[in-house]
Amino acid sequence: MTTKPNEKKPKMIPIFIMGKRFEVPETLTIMKAMEYAGFKFIRGCGCRGGICGACATVYRKAGDYKLLSGLACQTVVEPNMYLAQIPFYPANRATFDFSQMTPAPEEIFKLYPEIFRCVACNSCTKVCPMDVDVMDVIANLKRGDITRAAELSFSCIQCGLCASRCMGELPQYHIAQLARRIYGSLIAPRAKHLEEAVKTIASGKYEDCVRELMNLDEATLRKIYQEQEMEPEMTGEEWAPKDKKCL
Amino acid sequence: MPYTPELKESIKAVERTRPERVALKKRGGEFPMMSLAEREAMLRYHPDYKEEGRRALLVGPSKGYRVAHEFADILEAWSRVKPEAVDLSTVAIETDVLVIGGGGAGTSAAILAAENGAKVLIATKLRHGDANTMMAEGGIQAATKIDKDSPYYHYLDAMGGGHFRGDPDLVYTLAMEAPLVIAWLEKLGMMFDKFPDGRMKSIHGGGTSRKRMHSAGDITGAEIMRTIRDEARNKSNISVIEYSPIVELILNEHGQCYGALMYNLETEEYFIVKAHATILATGGSGRLHIQGFMTTNHYGATADGLALGYRAGVPVTLLHTVQYHPTGAVYPEQAEGLLITEKFRGAGANLVNINGQQFVNEREPRDIESSCCIRECLERGLGIPTPAGKVGIWLDSPMIDMLSGEGTVQREFPGKYILFKRYDIDISKEPMLIYPTLHYQNGGLKIKATCETNVPGLFAAGEVTGGVHGENRLMGNSLLDVLVFGRIAGKNAAIYVKEKAQEGRPTLEHVVRFNKELAEAGIPPERVSPMLLPDYTDPETRKRQLTSHYLGTLR
Repeated sequence: MTTKPNEKKPKMIPIFIMGKRFEVPETLTIMKAMEYAGFKFIRGCGCRGGICGACATVYRKAGDYKLLSGLACQTVVEPNMYLAQIPFYPANRATFDFSQMTPAPEEIFKLYPEIFRCVACNSCTKVCPMDVDVMDVIANLKRGDITRAAELSFSCIQCGLCASRCMGELPQYHIAQLARRIYGSLIAPRAKHLEEAVKTIASGKYEDCVRELMNLDEATLRKIYQEQEMEPEMTGEEWAPKDKKCL
Repeated sequence: MPYTPELKESIKAVERTRPERVALKKRGGEFPMMSLAEREAMLRYHPDYKEEGRRALLVGPSKGYRVAHEFADILEAWSRVKPEAVDLSTVAIETDVLVIGGGGAGTSAAILAAENGAKVLIATKLRHGDANTMMAEGGIQAATKIDKDSPYYHYLDAMGGGHFRGDPDLVYTLAMEAPLVIAWLEKLGMMFDKFPDGRMKSIHGGGTSRKRMHSAGDITGAEIMRTIRDEARNKSNISVIEYSPIVELILNEHGQCYGALMYNLETEEYFIVKAHATILATGGSGRLHIQGFMTTNHYGATADGLALGYRAGVPVTLLHTVQYHPTGAVYPEQAEGLLITEKFRGAGANLVNINGQQFVNEREPRDIESSCCIRECLERGLGIPTPAGKVGIWLDSPMIDMLSGEGTVQREFPGKYILFKRYDIDISKEPMLIYPTLHYQNGGLKIKATCETNVPGLFAAGEVTGGVHGENRLMGNSLLDVLVFGRIAGKNAAIYVKEKAQEGRPTLEHVVRFNKELAEAGIPPERVSPMLLPDYTDPETRKRQLTSHYLGTLR
């Protein structure tokens, strides 16, 4: 039941992989083009879907001094691209006991004093393949606004390109990770209904009714499944079911 | 790569019917859901039901069981090493718990094992965190709103979605432990989508009776993975060795798991790892491209753990079904196979054909949605042809802004919004072209709810196992599965180390025995597993590669 492969011969273009010339179909991503050419990745290839940050790539186009960057799995090849991957960047990551963490900005300053080496050159923001305003993340942290830094850095995939271009030698992506964890755990209000659910499960309230389901024959289970009440799609948080079984 | 004029023309049909479809939803109406009987009839369009796609296994603990050829090729395969040639006397690394795999299951297992006093080694084939967990988008299920939901309803949904084939003990554990996992993640600092008062936002997924899908934008899996990975990195008794897959399990004379043979992909060395308990958390198998389908899975999803466990004597269960996610991108070509989260349908986006007609309710279980898309395209001929000669269905994302307010798509789906914007496609204004894509290994190694396998000292958790999802997993139950069972495996492995592990002479006798079975069954010598990494070299180029500096799949 596969769909039909493309029968047309694709147009081939020249690209330079770490300086060496190859001809590849013009529609491919950098990653697929390198594989097409015969390279087999160990490093520099992860999810192939633009979210894991394994395939950070820098490139230049012939005749242009400008250094460009992107994810190899997301960027389409262009003629005369000169490309190299940065599969690993040796950025500093501080270790800490998160259970002792407090929501004070000083916690971050203590673990990452280099944050004040930022000279606001904006190279990090320019290089980010996820359009995160990295410099603004750092600026907010310096001001002590962990919440804003967490929100701004939410799309970070930790590819490390920011750190690779930073003249202050900051590991922005590790710093932002810490900010997000502090925000998620210690600044954003905890969910009360969740705490209640955990307590109720521990009380054993659901034990009998779930065990009852486990012991039913398939026909009865099917019937209950088929007849169960559905929460309507367009209702808000206030909806309550008529059937209160096991609630 | 914006839409071609032909595709733009086709979008007009979607736009014509959109106001009516939005109005129906606003009135609280729905495209009718199918009955169980209608669903069962629809499944004949599902790839799982093609008998010619499967064969009975010739060797091993599940001999006679019919699975996809691609699985059979992995299970009925020779070891990468000659068992007689391995020097088992030289232990390179000794640890309490060896965790094989650095995704969601492996990482949560490592954290719990470490917290229970064990020294842990994670051996992972790619980087720590390069895994399907990272790619999961839509959400994680848990009955946390107990005024309308409870583990009872979660159990019922998971069982029904899985065609009532799930293992009751495993499904019970999944549903009961779910809120505990959410609370664990919240404490670790995961940024859940919340209302200002801290109440978690939760929506429907296909096959849920209650809105219990918790999320972090459209990168829920990535947010989970980076949070727990960060926590694992803080633990001094967890070490991680990357780019080092396990290629064989080692047992001891008492039949317990002794550890494993680890392979350094870069230096091509093999090392003996001695562990008092071992956890298989190797994940799934989308890169086997079953029946030629494209996949949403990460680069390393090659079913390695199935091969390792099977040779050590662990049977497989429910492996006759695999999940095709109904909505993988088919356009633009470079995004092919890319997962378009079910959350889009959870938020109300319809699936429509070339005439702009809806042909299925968007919240049926995944196997039903996929079957309907395949029928629409292949039998009814109402799919939308792509420039690359493929065919797809429109996923009408602009409906979401019309239903929930301007800006919702951009806010709720930042990952996909940015990605498509790179191709000059604004998914809040234009629909996405999708087709079913290989997504999840429903079945796998047989485990108990304690994550024990039938081999003492060998535990397994996550996608490599079978039974939690029956024949079809619901959205949001895989992120939950990896964390619920990863944590259980980690804790129980640490306890096993203290209470049950015995010293004993290491052996690869099980591999020798398996080899004998393979020889008797006439399995060709070039068929070797685990695969470790797939090979996407252009066939013409590969012809010229007469030798192989070994980087992945043996040639």
